[in-house]
Formats: sequence, C-alpha cells, structure tokens
Amino acid sequence: MALDRIRIGFLPLVDAALPILAREQGFAEAEGLEIELVRDMTWATVRDRLLYGHTDAAHMVAPLAIATALGRGRPAVPMAVPFVLGLNGNAITLSLPLAALVMDCDALGDPAVLGARLKAVATERLAAGRRLRFGVVHRYSSHNYMLRYWLAATGIRPDTDVEIVTTSPTFAADALAAGEVDGICVGEPWNGVAVDRGVGRIALVTAQVWRRGVEKVLAMRAATLDERRDVVHRLIRALHAAAAHFVDPGTREASAAILARPAYLDAPIDAVTRAISDRVRLVKDATPIHVPDFMFQYREAANFPWRSQAAWLYSQMLRWDGTPFSAGEAATAQGVFRPDVYRAALAGSGAPLPNASSKLEGAIAANSIGAGSTQGRLILGNDAFFDRRAFDPDDITGYLSSLP
Amino acid sequence: MRIAIIDTSTTRAAIISDGLREAGLHDLVLIDGTRGMVAALEKAAPDVVLINLENPSRDVLEEFFAVSRALARPIAMFVDQSDAETTAAAVDAGVSAYIVDGLAKQRIKPVIDLAIRRFQAFARLQDELHEARSALADRTTIDRAKVILMKRRGIDEPTAYGLLRAQAMRSNRRIAEIADAIITSDALMGDL
Repeated sequence: MALDRIRIGFLPLVDAALPILAREQGFAEAEGLEIELVRDMTWATVRDRLLYGHTDAAHMVAPLAIATALGRGRPAVPMAVPFVLGLNGNAITLSLPLAALVMDCDALGDPAVLGARLKAVATERLAAGRRLRFGVVHRYSSHNYMLRYWLAATGIRPDTDVEIVTTSPTFAADALAAGEVDGICVGEPWNGVAVDRGVGRIALVTAQVWRRGVEKVLAMRAATLDERRDVVHRLIRALHAAAAHFVDPGTREASAAILARPAYLDAPIDAVTRAISDRVRLVKDATPIHVPDFMFQYREAANFPWRSQAAWLYSQMLRWDGTPFSAGEAATAQGVFRPDVYRAALAGSGAPLPNASSKLEGAIAANSIGAGSTQGRLILGNDAFFDRRAFDPDDITGYLSSLP
Repeated sequence: MRIAIIDTSTTRAAIISDGLREAGLHDLVLIDGTRGMVAALEKAAPDVVLINLENPSRDVLEEFFAVSRALARPIAMFVDQSDAETTAAAVDAGVSAYIVDGLAKQRIKPVIDLAIRRFQAFARLQDELHEARSALADRTTIDRAKVILMKRRGIDEPTAYGLLRAQAMRSNRRIAEIADAIITSDALMGDL
C-alpha cells in the first residue's frame, strides 16, 4: 500500500521528539503515513515554509501559531492546532558571573527567592546604565511569556528594568559565552549544552513557573486540516503512540540516540538523554538532579489542546504587546486549538478524552484530581503557577487587571 | 528606495546587489547577518530588507521590526499576501523579503522578482561549484588508483585506465568508485 506523505517542519529541540519518533519507530507507517522532516534554524522560517506550502505541518512554539492566526506583524492566516507536542521542558540559564551573584546553593533556585535577588541586581544594573539582558527564542514564544511572567511577578518590569532580546536556540550558548546576554530562556538540549560548555548555570526550569505550561504544538494551516482531515487524524494517532513510547523509561537511550543524530538535533547525546529523563545538570561537571515534570508528554492527556491554554497565551500577548482585549481576537485565538479534531482522531483508541475543552488553568495546587472524560480515566495533576494565581479563560480582562 | 541585503555569504550578496544595480537600484546597504545586525539596520533604515531564508538571524529581525522605533511603521512580509505566487516563488528560491508597510506593490514586485532570480542564479552557481569540486576530487582519486595499478601490475597508464573503465562498466559503477575501492584495498593490504 502506498503511504501518504506528510512533511513536518521542526527546529533542533528535544521536544521535536514525537514527529521524529513517529517516523523512526514506525508509528507513522502503522497509520499508512510517511513523515518527511524539514529542519530549520529559526521559527520564522518554520512558519513561512508552513504558510507557503513547503511543509504540511510544523513543530511550533504555541504562541507563534496564535500570533499567525491573529496577523501579528504579518497578514493573518487561519491556523489549527489539533495536538500539543508537549508541556514545559525549558530552563532559564544564567551567565556564570550573574549566577554567582544570585545563586548560593547547588539546587534549582526558588522562583520567589531568586526573583528577589535578581531584582536587586537588575536595579543596580539599571542605575549603572547597563541593563540585564535576557535572550528568548522568539517574540511569540512560550519562553518569552514564561520568563516575563516570572520576572513581573517578582517585581521586575520586563522592557523597563531589563532587556529581553531574541536569540536562535542553537546560538543561545554562544550569546551567553560572548556576554551578549546575561541569561537565556531556551529549550533543551541548549541549556544543557551551555552548562557543559561551562558558560552558564541553570537557575530555574519553566515547570517551576507554571507546572503544566503549554509548549510546542503541532501547527498547520486551517485549510490543510480541512483538506486532509483523514491524514491529520492518522498523524495524531501516530504522534499519540509515539508519545506513549517516548515516556516509557525503557526507550530513553534509543530515543536519545535517534534525536542526537546530525539530521535531527545534531547535539551531544548526553545532554539529550538528561533532558528526556527529567534530569538536569545545573553547573558544569555536577551530578544531574532529578526534576519531576521537567518535560511533560503524554500523561494526563498532556497532548490535548485545551482552549484555555490558547486563551492564556492570548492574555500574555495582550499584556506584553500592549494591545487592547478584543472578544473577536480572543475567539480566534481559542479557535486555533482544536480539541474537536483531537477527540475525533482518538475516539475508540482508549486514550483519555476530556469532556470539557477548557478549564481553569493553575487551579490544581497539590493533589491530583479526577476530571470528566468521555473515554478513559483522566487524572489531572498539579498545574499551579508559582504565584498561585489561577486563570479563568472566560475572564481575560479581569485576569489581566489583577496582574502586576 | 533603499534596500538592505542581509547575508552571511558575500558571494550571494554580491550577486544580488549586482542585479539590483543593473536594474537601476543604487541605494543598497549590505549587512553581515551575524554581529551587530540590529544596529546596522537601525542606522540604514531601509524600505526593503532581503534576507536568506536560512539565516539564523531571521527571528531577531522580526523582533526588531516589531519593536523598532527607528522605523515609523511596522513591517509586513511581502507587503501584500494576495500575490501568493510571488511569495511562494520567493520562499522556493530561499529569499525572504521584509518590506515597510505602505510601499506601493508595483514598486516592490520587480525588486522581489529580481531577488528571486538572483537567488536562483546563486543556487546554480553553488551546484556548478559543487560539481566542479567533485569532478576534481574524482580525477585525483582516479590518478592515484592508476598509479597503484601501474606499479602493482607493471602496466602503462592507458592500460591501467582501461582496466578501471572495464571494471566500472561490468559492475555498473562509476570509475571514481572503482578507483576509490582500489585505494582503500591498497591501504589495507599493503604489499601483500
């Protein structure tokens, strides 16, 4: 039987794992698909190849899919996200001189304590006329929003007290080494690479900022989804099977070996292995520590595209772009996430399917709770923001006015 | 109309700027896309930016356009997405264009078309260079294999070449591949 071909764009990051494994471990083939992977160095290129038909789908930072649908900085194109490729998996790495000022233990920093110390340094630097500078991977990236959320909650005003600039993930360690930035918020394995090169120290992981923060998504043009609905359904099943395989501890070494290949991440296998086993080496030559929920795939229906996640990203877009709330835009942003397609693709597969398409984000502080599902048993774990605020997708303006 | 060309390849930048000058566009700024790109762009304040799709600074560029105070208006890629054909052709050729919003479409189109043709010319040049290089490498390999054959079998050069060619034809492989195998086995077997 001839396989249906689907081209997927990606950036060399550990969380591109699911499409890569779906191809390499036969999950795509089992669904009658041949995945062709197209590697790029910048999110702008991944997006453009998607929009102009070089690729059919892409591994993409979630906010960029929404920004594209809303026409931020370019003409709007209707977008669809029927599957979330993973939650979290990013870290904030500080230059060694800055880390020496704000870190005093050999563990991860406490977000509040570290933030307070960082504020003191930022204030000093601001007065001296050379603001602290942080690098994120794109203006419309979860990295940008996670970093800003943390800084703002600890009393540091992004754009005023500190500078936030863009650096490509693969060059983030170079930017730290050259002193162009004092810190980076980037995905793995690039924090690990910076640590191993001896140019940075991991201070915080983004799971500490928001325990279940939406990260990369499978994005496509809405038109592609409509035209190739059957292929998309099969792709979602292949990716879901790849996620189950990926989180199995017995597959880690094999997965790391595949991801590290020159055609994919072209990165040291050790840094990749650490990332996919939730182990983080904070400083050069240190023993990696275990960080629960560092990267989050598969469990708790992590791949389900909750509309409330899209709404949170939209709220942060308004917050940092300084644009007014629009009910129409909010609807468009939430409409990018397609739980309906996820449900249709996985119906009858045994995968847990939530009843609801939206939830209160950040409301589960400690104990896991059961959630309504039409299929399978769904347990949701701790999804708290570090400052204990909850986000109600039906009250975006109220939420925004409550934020610092 | 001022056009900025951001490229880490000086050859490609030269090919593009030559073409633009031939078309009567002389206000060009060449920017190396690695260091200090933002400052250079701010200073140049171009109407159009041409950048290689593969350039690692593209995300930086988008950020710059989004927050730039030097440029009074935001920049939109390809000004008018309704011209999907030009846009797709540009992406195919590997050129990414950023244009100040508000410039007339009829003024932009010739620039983009020219840039596409020049990017394609560069790609062809690369292919030819690659072919020339591999042809050169092939010839060196074949020469070395011939020397080995001449020495080991006491034959002259035309005979050695004839042997290589005959073996290549028999096994349906390239002469350079046969030559490469001879060099490898000679290195392994030595004087045996």
